Amino acid sequence: MRFMLLFSRQGKLRLQKWYVPLSDPQKKKISREVIQMVLARKPKMCSFLEWRDLKIVYKRYASLYFCCAVEDQENELITLEIIHRYVELLDKYFGSVCELDIIFNFEKAYYILDEFILGGEAQETSKKIVLKAIEQADMLQEVGPIYFMKAFSARWAI
Amino acid sequence: MSGPFLPSVASAEDSGCFLVSLRLRMPAPIRLRELIRTIRTARTQAEEREMIQKECAAIRSSFREEDNTYRCRNVAKLLYMHMLGYPAHFGQLECLKLIASQKFTDKRIGYLGAMLLLDERQDVHLLMTNCIKNDLNHSTQYVQGLALCTLGCMGSSEMCRDLAGEVEKLLKTSNSYLRKKAALCAVHVIRKVPELMEMFLPATKNLLSEKNHGVLHTSVVLLTEMCERSPDMLTHFRKLVPQLVRILKNLIMSGYSPEHDVSGISDPFLQVRILRLLRILGKSDDDSSEAMNDILAQVATNTETSKNVGNAILYETVLTIMDIKSESGLRVLAINILGRFLLNNDKNIRYVALTSLLKTVQTDHNAVQRHRSTIVDCLKDLDVSIKRRAMELSFALVNGNNIRGMMKELLYFLDSCDPEFKADCASGVFLAAEKYAPSKRWHIDTIMRVLTTAGSYVRDDSVPNLIQLITNSVEMHAYTVQRLYKALLDDISQQPLVQVASWCIGEYGDLLVSGQCEEEEPIQVTEDEVLDVLEGLLVSNLSTPVTRGYSLTAIMKLSTRFSSVNRIKKVVSIYGSSIDVELQQRAVEYNALFKKYDHMRPALLERMPIMEKTATNGPTEIVQTNGETESSDSKHMPSIAQPANQANDLLDLLGGHDVGPVIQTALPTKPASAGGELLDLLGDLSLSGGPAPSPTPSVTISQPPFLLDGLSSQPLFNDTAAGIPPMTAYNKNGLKIEFTFERSNPNPNISVITIHASNTTEADMTDFVFQAAVPKTFQLQLLSPSSNVVPALNQGNITQVIRVLNPQKQQLRMRIKLTYTYKGAPVQDLAEVNNFPPQSWQ
Repeated sequence: MRFMLLFSRQGKLRLQKWYVPLSDPQKKKISREVIQMVLARKPKMCSFLEWRDLKIVYKRYASLYFCCAVEDQENELITLEIIHRYVELLDKYFGSVCELDIIFNFEKAYYILDEFILGGEAQETSKKIVLKAIEQADMLQEVGPIYFMKAFSARWAI
Repeated sequence: MSGPFLPSVASAEDSGCFLVSLRLRMPAPIRLRELIRTIRTARTQAEEREMIQKECAAIRSSFREEDNTYRCRNVAKLLYMHMLGYPAHFGQLECLKLIASQKFTDKRIGYLGAMLLLDERQDVHLLMTNCIKNDLNHSTQYVQGLALCTLGCMGSSEMCRDLAGEVEKLLKTSNSYLRKKAALCAVHVIRKVPELMEMFLPATKNLLSEKNHGVLHTSVVLLTEMCERSPDMLTHFRKLVPQLVRILKNLIMSGYSPEHDVSGISDPFLQVRILRLLRILGKSDDDSSEAMNDILAQVATNTETSKNVGNAILYETVLTIMDIKSESGLRVLAINILGRFLLNNDKNIRYVALTSLLKTVQTDHNAVQRHRSTIVDCLKDLDVSIKRRAMELSFALVNGNNIRGMMKELLYFLDSCDPEFKADCASGVFLAAEKYAPSKRWHIDTIMRVLTTAGSYVRDDSVPNLIQLITNSVEMHAYTVQRLYKALLDDISQQPLVQVASWCIGEYGDLLVSGQCEEEEPIQVTEDEVLDVLEGLLVSNLSTPVTRGYSLTAIMKLSTRFSSVNRIKKVVSIYGSSIDVELQQRAVEYNALFKKYDHMRPALLERMPIMEKTATNGPTEIVQTNGETESSDSKHMPSIAQPANQANDLLDLLGGHDVGPVIQTALPTKPASAGGELLDLLGDLSLSGGPAPSPTPSVTISQPPFLLDGLSSQPLFNDTAAGIPPMTAYNKNGLKIEFTFERSNPNPNISVITIHASNTTEADMTDFVFQAAVPKTFQLQLLSPSSNVVPALNQGNITQVIRVLNPQKQQLRMRIKLTYTYKGAPVQDLAEVNNFPPQSWQ
C-alpha cells in the first residue's frame, strides 16, 4: 500500500497515512485529486480506479470513504478485505463506530491502524490480537513512568 | 532552541512541583477534544483560520516554555490542525522531545507526530535515530513496537543502515509480537537499502515454522520481497515450496478457527500472500510448478465463492495458475473461473475478471474465446471501467471467423457509448475491419457506419487512411461515392465524414452523376446538385477551415470531370478573395490553373492511382529540391538527409557548380504534401499525420508538374517510345547498363528512361545502387529499382526508371555512379553518359 485516506462526503480529510516519502504540498495535491475522483464516482460503479501507475481501492462506510492506493500487482479484492478489517477493528474499539469517533479520537484511529498495518502491509491477521495489543497499550498510558512497566511486558507479552 | 533532548526526569514529586510553578505562570492549554469541538463550531474558513492561529500562538509559547507536562497535549492538537491543512513544522522538534520522554503517552504521540511531520525529507529526521535505537531495545514491547512501526513506515536510508542490525536481532526473537513487526520493518529496510538484504537471510531460516499467523504472514511478505529483488534469493527459497504448500493446505483443510475466520474462510490474508509467493517461486520453474499443481487445483475448486473474500482467494489463485508453468487442464480451469466471475453480480468481481482476461487473451486465446459472448454482454455494463475493459477485450477477440457478429455488437456499442470511448472504439473498428473484412463492400459499409454515427470522434489520421483504403478499392468507387454523397445530404456536421466525402466526390464525381453504381440502386443526381452540396460545405458554419479546403479542392477537381466548368470557375474566383488565407491561396492558384496553365489542368486533376501502403505511416520519402534549396514541409526533413548526402557525393565529383542535385525517390508511393501547392490540388493527403499540411512557402505555378507524376510507382506514360532507339550507357567489368526511352505523355518535356542492368560474369552483383546527376537546367527523379541484385550470367536484370525534365530542351548529359558488392568486395565506378540520342531530349 502506498497511502490510505479517510475522508467525508464533503471531501474533508479525517485520516491520512502515507507509506512513501512525499512533501506536504505533494501530499495535499494527491489527496485533493484522489478525493475528487472518488467523490465523483456513482454508486453503481465498481470500487476500483486506475490512477497514474496505481490502483485506487475505495469503499464507503456510512459517511466516510476509506481509500487505499495500491501498486499494480496487488490483489484489489483482498485490499477491500483489508479495508473492511480496519473498519471492524474501529467498530469493536469504539463500539459502533461513526465518523465523529474518528474526528474526536483521530490519534486512536492512527494507533489502531498502526497496530494492524506496518509499512503498507498487514502485520496481524487476527482481530483479537490487534485489539488486545491496543488495549494493553492504552493501559500503559494510564500508569506512570515506564520503569514500572517491566512487570507489564513480562505478563502481557503476546 | 535549547540543546539535545535529554529525557526529562519524571518522578512524581518533580512533575508536581513543575506543575505548580506552571500554573502560576499560565492557564493549562486546552484539551484536544475541546479544541476539536471549538474548531468545528467555526462557520467560515476565515473563522476557523483565526481560531487555529490563536491556538498555534498559544502552543508556540508553551513550547518556548519547555513545558513537559502539556507537550503531549499540544503536539496532539498540532497534529489535528495539521490534518486540517495548516502548517505544523514548528512542532517537529517537540515530537523528538516526546519520543525521548519516558512516559508512554508522550512516546505514543511523539512517534505519531514523527510519522506525520518528520519524514526523511526533513532535516531533523535523523535526530530520531538514537531514540529509536534505544526504544528498539526497550524493556516494554509496546515501546519497541512503536519504534519498529516508525522505522518500518518512514525510516530513511541512513536510518535504516544504522538500525538494520537491531531489526535483524528482533527478527530472531521468540516474542511473536515483535517478530512480526521486525519482519515488516526488514521489508522496509530492504526497500530502502537493497544491499542489506543479505544480512537478513540467516534470520529467515525458520520463519515459516512459526505457528503464529501474524509472524507467518509478515514472513511471507518478507520472503516475497527478497525473491522479487534477487534471482539468487529466488533460487534459494524455491526449496520452501513444499512447506508453503503444506501451510496452505492446513489453512484450507483445518476446521473453523475463530481467531482467523472471515466468512467461513481461514485467514484469507495469509492464503492470498502464500499464493502470491508461490506464483513468484513457480514462475519459469517446472519442478516448483508441479509441486504446487495439486494445491492450486484444490483451492480453485474448494473455495467458497459466495462472498468477496472467497473470490479474492480465487482471483489470486487464477493469477498464480496463469503465471507459472501449469498444465493445460489447470489453465482451462483458471479461465473458466474468470468466465464465472464475469457472470457474478458483484461488479468488482466482473472488473477483475476482465482485467485478468485481458492479460491472458494473447497466451490463451482459444480458452478466452469461449467466453466471448459473456464478454460482449459486459459492453452493456453500467460501470465505465468495466465497459472499457470489455471493449478492449472484445477487440482482442475479433478474428476472421467472428468478425461479422462481433462488429455488429461493437458498432452497436459505438452508437450508444459515452464520448470518452468513441475515439478508441472507432479506431478499433477500423483496425479490425482492415484486418478481417470479409468483403470490400462490408468494409466500406462498416466505415460508413462509423463515420455517420461517430464521425466527429474519429481520429485525425483516420481520414487519410480511409481515403487510401477507398482509393484502393477500385470496384467500390461508385458505391462509395454514392453512399458518402447520401450521407452528406443528411448531415454535414461531422468533419471527418465530410472530409472523406468531399474528397471522394471530387475524385469520383463523374461516377456519381453517371449513375454507375452496381451494388445498390443508383441515385439520380445532376452536376449542379453535387456542386450545390460542395458549395454548401464552403459556406456552412459547421465546416472547419480544413474541411473547406477539402471541398474547394474537390470542386476544382470536378472541373475535369463535369461539364459545368463555368460554374466551377466562378466559385474558384470568388474564393480568391477569401479571408481564410489557406482558401485564398488555393483559389488563386486554381484560378491561375484555369487561365495560364489550362493545358496542364487535365493531367494535374487526373484520377489518383492506387497507393501502396507501407508498413508504417512514417514520413514520406519523396524529397524535392530545386536548384535553390526550397524548404519542404518540416515533416519530411528526416528523410531528406539520406538522399541529400548522396546528392552531395555526386556534386563533389562533378565540381558542384553546374550540376543540379539528384532527386531520389526510395518508395514514392504516397503523395507528398510538401514542396508545392500543386500537390495540394490532389487532396492534401499527408499520411504522416494531420489532414492538411502546414502551409509551405508558396511555390509558384512554374514548379514543374512532373513531380506529381512521381506519385505512382509506375510512370504515367501511356505510349511507348515512338522509335527512340535504346543505348548502352555503361559497359565495364561485365556490368552492362542500357537505357531505353519513353516519352511521357502528355508532357513533352519529360523523358522517361528505363535502365536495364545486366551481369555477364559468373558471380552475382549484390547491394547494387545506381545514382545519377544531371546539369542544373535539368531535373531528375529516380524511382525505386526492381531489386538490388544483378544476377550472374545474364539470368536477369535490374530495371529502374529515371524521369528527366528538360524544359529548356538542352542536350542531355548525365554522370552516373555505380556501387555494388562483387565476390565479397565493394566495387564503385563513375562514368559520364553523353551519347543520348537527340530524340530523347529534343
